[in-house]
Amino acid sequence: MPSDLQQRRDAEPRPLPESITHRRSAVRRFFDAWPPMVLMAIAWLTLMLIIALAADYIRPYDFKALDLRGRLQPPVFMGGSWRHILGSDELGRDVLSRLIESIRVSLLIALASTLIAAVVGVLLGFAAAHFRGIVEQLVQVLIDLQASMPFLIIALAVLAFFGNSLMLFVLLMGLHGWERIARISRGLAISANEQGYASAVRDLGAGPWRIYGRHILPNIAATLIVSMTLNFPEVILLESGLSFLGLGVQPPLTSLGNMVGYGREYMQTAAWILLAPAVVIIVTTLSVSILGDWLRDRLDPTLR
Amino acid sequence: MTSAPLISVSELRRTYKVKTTGGWFSPTAELKAVDGVSFDIRPGETLGLVGESGCGKSTTAKLVLGLIPATSGKVVFEGKPVAADSKRAWREQRRRMQMVYQDPLGALDRRLPVGAQAMEPLDIFGEGTKAERRDRMLALFDAVGLPRTSVDRYPHELSGGQRQRVVLARALMLRPSLLVCDEPISALDVSIQAQVINLLKDLQEQLGVAYLFISHDLKVVRHVSHRVAVMYLGRIVESGRPEAIMRAPAHPYSQALISAVPSPRARGKERIVLEGDPPSPVDIPKGCAFHPRCPLATDRCRSEAPELRPFGEQRHVACHRAGVSITSARGAA
Repeated sequence: MPSDLQQRRDAEPRPLPESITHRRSAVRRFFDAWPPMVLMAIAWLTLMLIIALAADYIRPYDFKALDLRGRLQPPVFMGGSWRHILGSDELGRDVLSRLIESIRVSLLIALASTLIAAVVGVLLGFAAAHFRGIVEQLVQVLIDLQASMPFLIIALAVLAFFGNSLMLFVLLMGLHGWERIARISRGLAISANEQGYASAVRDLGAGPWRIYGRHILPNIAATLIVSMTLNFPEVILLESGLSFLGLGVQPPLTSLGNMVGYGREYMQTAAWILLAPAVVIIVTTLSVSILGDWLRDRLDPTLR
Repeated sequence: MTSAPLISVSELRRTYKVKTTGGWFSPTAELKAVDGVSFDIRPGETLGLVGESGCGKSTTAKLVLGLIPATSGKVVFEGKPVAADSKRAWREQRRRMQMVYQDPLGALDRRLPVGAQAMEPLDIFGEGTKAERRDRMLALFDAVGLPRTSVDRYPHELSGGQRQRVVLARALMLRPSLLVCDEPISALDVSIQAQVINLLKDLQEQLGVAYLFISHDLKVVRHVSHRVAVMYLGRIVESGRPEAIMRAPAHPYSQALISAVPSPRARGKERIVLEGDPPSPVDIPKGCAFHPRCPLATDRCRSEAPELRPFGEQRHVACHRAGVSITSARGAA
């Protein structure tokens, strides 16, 4: 035993772990602040945004142009020609061109609808938290009403009655998810009102717009942003679902879900028609979720 | 100091309806949080309000500022009544009366730099241009002893004492004439408590602001106050100059409270230990509220509630046996 102690005493002091001795390299610090997954998500969403904005210029063909002699051409990686990189569909329309147009339409719908849902939800939630009493009851009833009906049924009914235009469709999708945001913002605003910072500002003589807009909203924004990023992919999927049923975006206009819906008939013979939009849907919704998660941590100054 | 009072509080009452049991149809009872409190504060004066927790100190503070509506009674501030209605007059009064909170971290928005928060009163009342607001904020940061580098920091990056200085700066931004300090130092370290207390005194000298200083720490209250009021169960039981009360408390409750203050000189002195807990404010005893715990209680105390009556110079006591010392009464028995 004594020799063991002696040995230990004589042994070289163990080197400190690298994390303490070495300053982290610039590259590692960069990736700590911007994780690779997040970078990829940002890159993908930026690409989608650029495609959506520049759709008219980067489309190789008009997305409505038929080419009946070149129908169901396979894409390049399945042995097709470079004339249609992602192949062509049952009417000889270029899949790539249609995909680009679809990204534009779907992104517009998802973005506008999510924003509408967020604005409506936050306003109603804050109104309920501020006025309490009868206003709160009313908002609660609206929320419960919305939550108790399957949204797909509501959407079907509205679209069946009022016909279908892009504008109406966007507004309708905006009704999706507002109740969740309203519920969250009401609860958070009520608890924020009980907290010191909000009552302190109220004691200073601030009006409700300042209290809710400048103090409570930034404080609860993290949760709302996550909720919105959950809503965004849901709207894309809902739009896809409705288009798949033939009630969403109407031909000749196209959207991601619309492409999947019409491509399903050729699933066995020409899977590429449905493959490309499906991949875009999956990667985009995933990217938004990753980005939202990261944003929540990033927006909190106490976590920095 | 015989000038007109800055704020005059008379017969202030605040009761809450509470259910005696949890059931739907159970009878409601009245919780008397503040039960007929009256006092004046003159400009530039500090009134210390002491009492144990739950005696209605903080409720009084909120009532005085008009943050919660009073059940009855009147608060007159600079000649105008204070009403908790969030209307124009109430908002206008915020310029003249402000509050300092117990928990500075809770009272600050953790998502805004402290400089922006200190400037907020000026933004709210639209005073000055942006540059002027910033100058005033920086001047006050200097006055409360905050480094200018802390302007862009967030509350969690500051120490407890610095946060309370930010809260003070924000409260003083509009140059109020009354500052209600609700336990402003009880969330701070002892070493920082002294700094903040001295800062409060310095600011009073510089700005002539009056304080309603609420605390359960008698030593601090004696240090800062020109006058002290002792509260028990929603009532003021004794008020007067701090030296007089600390030297010879007249109300038995004040006697017990003051004998509980730790002091190096008090060794060997007998401590007055009160029996039992303070009664529930829902069920205040008949007669003098203090009689169940009072070693001096007589039959009169059990039936008749004592009024706050003058007792000596600038002093008021609400007790039938005011001035009788508990220790000497015990010695005689």
